[in-house]
Amino acid sequence: MVSAVSAPLFTGSEWDFPIIQRIYEAVERIAVGELGLDVYPNQIEVINAEQMLDAYSSTGMPLFYRHWSFGKHFVSNELLYRKGLRGLAYELVINSNPCISYIMQENSATMQALVIAHAAFGHNHFFRNNYAFRQWTDAEGILAYLGFARAYVAACEERHGQEAVERVLDCAHALMNQGVHRHPRVRPRDLAAEAAREAERQAWHEHIFDDLWRTIPTGPAASTVPANERRHALRLPQENVLYFLEKTGPRLEPWQREILRIVRLIAQYFYPQRQTKVMNEGCATWCHYEIMSRLHRRGQLTEGSFLEFLQSHTNVILQPGFDEPNFSGFNPYALGFGIMHDMARICTAPTPEDREWYPDFAGKGDVMGVLKDAWANYRDESFIAQFLSPHLIRHWRLFQVLDNQAEPDLRVDAIHDERGYRRIRRALAREYDIGRQEPEIQIVDVDLAGDRALILEHVVSSGVLLDPDDARQVIQSLANLWGYEVRLHERDVGDRREHKVHTASPRG
Amino acid sequence: MHMIDRRLNPGGRSLVNRQRFLRRARGAVQQAVRASLKDRSIKDIGKEGQVAIPTGGIGEPTLHRAASGGNRERVFPGNRDFLEGDRVKRPEGGGAAGSEAGEGDGEDQFHFVLSREEFLELFLDDLELPDLAKRRLVGEESDELRRAGYTTMGSPANLSMSRTMQRALSRRLALRRPKRAELEVLETKIALAEEGEEQSDRIGALRAELERLRRRRALISWIDPVDLRYRRFAPVPRPTAQAVMFCLMDVSGSMSEHMKDLAKRFFALLHLFLTRCYRHVELVFIHHTDHAAEVDENTFFHSQVTGGTLVSTALDELLKVIAARYRPEDWNVYVAQASDGDNLARDNSRSVQLLHEVILPLCQYYAYIEVGAEEPSMAGSPEAEVTSLWAAFESIAAGSPHFAMRKVHHRREIYPVLHELFRKRGALAPAEG
Repeated sequence: MVSAVSAPLFTGSEWDFPIIQRIYEAVERIAVGELGLDVYPNQIEVINAEQMLDAYSSTGMPLFYRHWSFGKHFVSNELLYRKGLRGLAYELVINSNPCISYIMQENSATMQALVIAHAAFGHNHFFRNNYAFRQWTDAEGILAYLGFARAYVAACEERHGQEAVERVLDCAHALMNQGVHRHPRVRPRDLAAEAAREAERQAWHEHIFDDLWRTIPTGPAASTVPANERRHALRLPQENVLYFLEKTGPRLEPWQREILRIVRLIAQYFYPQRQTKVMNEGCATWCHYEIMSRLHRRGQLTEGSFLEFLQSHTNVILQPGFDEPNFSGFNPYALGFGIMHDMARICTAPTPEDREWYPDFAGKGDVMGVLKDAWANYRDESFIAQFLSPHLIRHWRLFQVLDNQAEPDLRVDAIHDERGYRRIRRALAREYDIGRQEPEIQIVDVDLAGDRALILEHVVSSGVLLDPDDARQVIQSLANLWGYEVRLHERDVGDRREHKVHTASPRG
Repeated sequence: MHMIDRRLNPGGRSLVNRQRFLRRARGAVQQAVRASLKDRSIKDIGKEGQVAIPTGGIGEPTLHRAASGGNRERVFPGNRDFLEGDRVKRPEGGGAAGSEAGEGDGEDQFHFVLSREEFLELFLDDLELPDLAKRRLVGEESDELRRAGYTTMGSPANLSMSRTMQRALSRRLALRRPKRAELEVLETKIALAEEGEEQSDRIGALRAELERLRRRRALISWIDPVDLRYRRFAPVPRPTAQAVMFCLMDVSGSMSEHMKDLAKRFFALLHLFLTRCYRHVELVFIHHTDHAAEVDENTFFHSQVTGGTLVSTALDELLKVIAARYRPEDWNVYVAQASDGDNLARDNSRSVQLLHEVILPLCQYYAYIEVGAEEPSMAGSPEAEVTSLWAAFESIAAGSPHFAMRKVHHRREIYPVLHELFRKRGALAPAEG
C-alpha cells in the first residue's frame, strides 16, 4: 500500500487555511480513495474557545431554541474550563447534510489533521451509514427544522409569555427520554410540511369555532365504554409519553402541543446517538488512527507531528482499571477503538482461538469489509455482544461483579477465563442496551370520560426503582400539563407486585 | 469541502440563555452573592467571582433509575487477583463502585462564575440613590463638545485629512484627471516617433494629445476647495456625572480594630454603590482625633493616632477640601462618617451647627454610622447607650431628609444598613429619621 514518499504536508504546529486545505485533500484521498468511506459532503468551520463553549451548552447544535437550562450548562462548563479542570473538545460534529465539523483555532496543525480525519470522515461515515441513524434521523432537514423550532418557540414566547412557554419546555425536557418511538414508524419530514400542518390545524380551529356551542347545556355523562375498548381506542399502552400528551392531553393549547412535538422530534433525532456512543467514537477513532498512520508512512507527516498525534491518541483511548483514581466507567473511545482494532487483527493475523470464535471473517483479510458491515448494521449492544473477543477480555482483564441487595457482600461472578468470556460479554453488552438501562415506563390507562386520571406504570426489573425525588418532580410537572391527576405505579416485572405509587395533582 | 471561518462571528450566543438561567435562579444567586460578602476581602467585593447555589430550584429532573438498591450486574476492567466466586466488601457510599452517577452526582451545590456586572447587578439590585440626589444629578448640566460628523467649513486645526483626501481622490477619478504615467507614456511615444523619422502629422497628433492632457491636469486640481472637510463638534448637554465621597473617621484610641473594620466595610460598600451610579467617583479620606488631616487610604485604615476627639475639626477639614478642590456646582458630594460616638461635650454644639448650616446644604447625602463593640448592645436597652454625638446629631436628623444615622455592631448588619439607607422607595414617602 505504501506509495512513493512525498513531502510533509506541513512542518511545525502553526496552521493556516491553505494547510488545512492540503490536509483535507490528503486525508480525503486516503479515506475515500483507499478506505472507501462513504461520507456526506463536508463543511469545516473554524471556531474559537468561547464559541465552542456556546456550542457545548446547546447540545452541540448550531442553532437551538432558547431555554434557561442551556445557560446553566454554559456557566458550569465555563467554570470547569476556566479553572482548567476540563479541556474543551478538539472538535464537534453535527449529523447533517452537509456534515458540519467545528474545529478549534487553538489546535495545532497536527491536531487539525487528526480532527479532520476523526470528525469529517470517521463520524461522517458512521452518520451516513449506520442503520440507526438512517432509520431515525433526517440529516437533510435537521438544521431547517431547528430553525423552525427556534422561531416557533420565540413566537410563542412573544404571544404567551416566557414563563408559560418555559413551563411547557421544562416538563417536555423532563420527559425527553420518554419521548421517543423505539420502533421505526417515522416518515421523513420537511419544513414545508411542518408549517403547512400547523397552518391547517389553526385553520380548522377557526373554521369550527362557533360561539353557540358554549351555550348548549351539557347533558349527563355519556355511557361508559368498556375499559379495554377504551384503551384500544387510545392506542394504549403507550411508551411515548410526550406523543400521547401531544395527541391526547385534554387541557393543552395548540401551541403547547406543538412545543411538545418539537421536543419530541429533537429527542428522536438524538436517540441513535445514545444507542451508538461506543461504535460512533470507535469508528471515528479507528479511522483517524488508520489515516494518520498512512499519512506518516508515506512521509506526509513529520516524525514530530506523528509523535504529537500518538500522544493525544493514547490519551483518548486510555482505559484506567477499576481501582485507579481516574476510573469513571468504560471509556467509549477505548472500548470502541479496541474492539475495532482487534477485529482488524482477527482479519489479518488470527489465532486458532479467533478462528474458532469468528469463523466468518478470521484470516479472510477483508478488514474494511468487516468493519463497514459492523458500522452499518450494529448498535452498541449488539456490537459488543458480537465482537468483544476473548483476546480483548484478557487484555482488559474484565470481570463481572454481582451486587445483590439481599447479600452483605458483592460477588465476583465471572473473570477472564474460559467459563467467563461469554458471561462477561453478555453482561457488558447489556450495560449498553438503553432499553435496559432506562426505566421501562408506559402510559397504561386513562379514562377521558371519567376522572381523566392519567395512569403510568414503571416495570421494575431487578428491583431497581426510580429515583424518588426526581420522579416526584417529573410527575408533578406532568400533572400540571395534563391538567388532572397523574399516578405512576412501580410494579415488579415478575409477580406484578406494586413497590410504590407516585401521585400528583395539577397545581396552578 | 467548504471551509468557513467563524471566529469573527459575534460571540455571546449563549448570553440570552445565561441571563434566563440567572433570572430563574435569581433568588438563590442573590442570597449567595450577599453571603459571599462575608468571605470576600473589601478589595474584591466588586470583582467577578465564583458563587455556589443550592441545586434545588434549578434541577432538571428526569425519570431515571435510582443509583442504589436492587440487584445489579456490572463489568469492570483491570482485574488483578479476583477469582470467580470471590466476595468483595460493598464500597461505601451505596451502589456499586463508581456507579452511574456521572454528571449530576452527589454535589448539592451548583458552582459557577458571575461576571463583575452580573455580580454588582444582583448585589445592589434593590438600591437607588435618594430622590434628592437624583434630581440634582439631572438638573446640573454642563456642555461638552462631542464629535458630530463633518462639515465643509471650519478651522484648519479641524481639517480631516483622510476624509479630504478621500473626496479629492474620488473627484479626480470621476473627472478622469490624466495620471502622470499616462503623460510619460505619451512623451516616450513622441520621443520614439521623433527618432524614427515618422510622418510629422502623427507626431503632431501626439503632441496635441499631450498638450490636451497637460491642460486637463492643470485644470483639474489635485485638491480642490470643494474637497475640504472639517471635523464638526457639537455641544452636548452633559449631566454632572462625577461624585466625591468623603470618608470621615475617628481614629482616637477608643476606636477598636473591630470598629474600624466595620467602618471600612461600610465605606467600601458605599463606594461600590456610588461607582455604579456615577461615571467618576473620587475618594477623600479624613481622619481625626482632636485635630484632623487628609490622608491616603492606607494610613486612614491602619494608623493609630492618640489624642482626644473633636469632630468639628474633621468637618472643618472637609470644608477646606471642598473649597479647595471640589466645587459643589460640579461635584456630587457624599459624606460618610464613622465614629464610636465619643466627642468632647463642648464640641457638640459647634459640630451640629457646622453640619446643619454649612455642610448639609453642600452635599447630596450625609451618612453617619456609629460603630459599637460586638457584644453589648443586646443587653441594655438602646436608650441607655445613647452617646453624646448621637444625641447631638439626632436633632439634625429630624429635619433633614438627606442626613441619615445608623448604629452598627456587627459585620452582618453592614449590608442591611446600607440597604435600608438606599432602598428603592416605591410608593412610600422617604422614611427617614
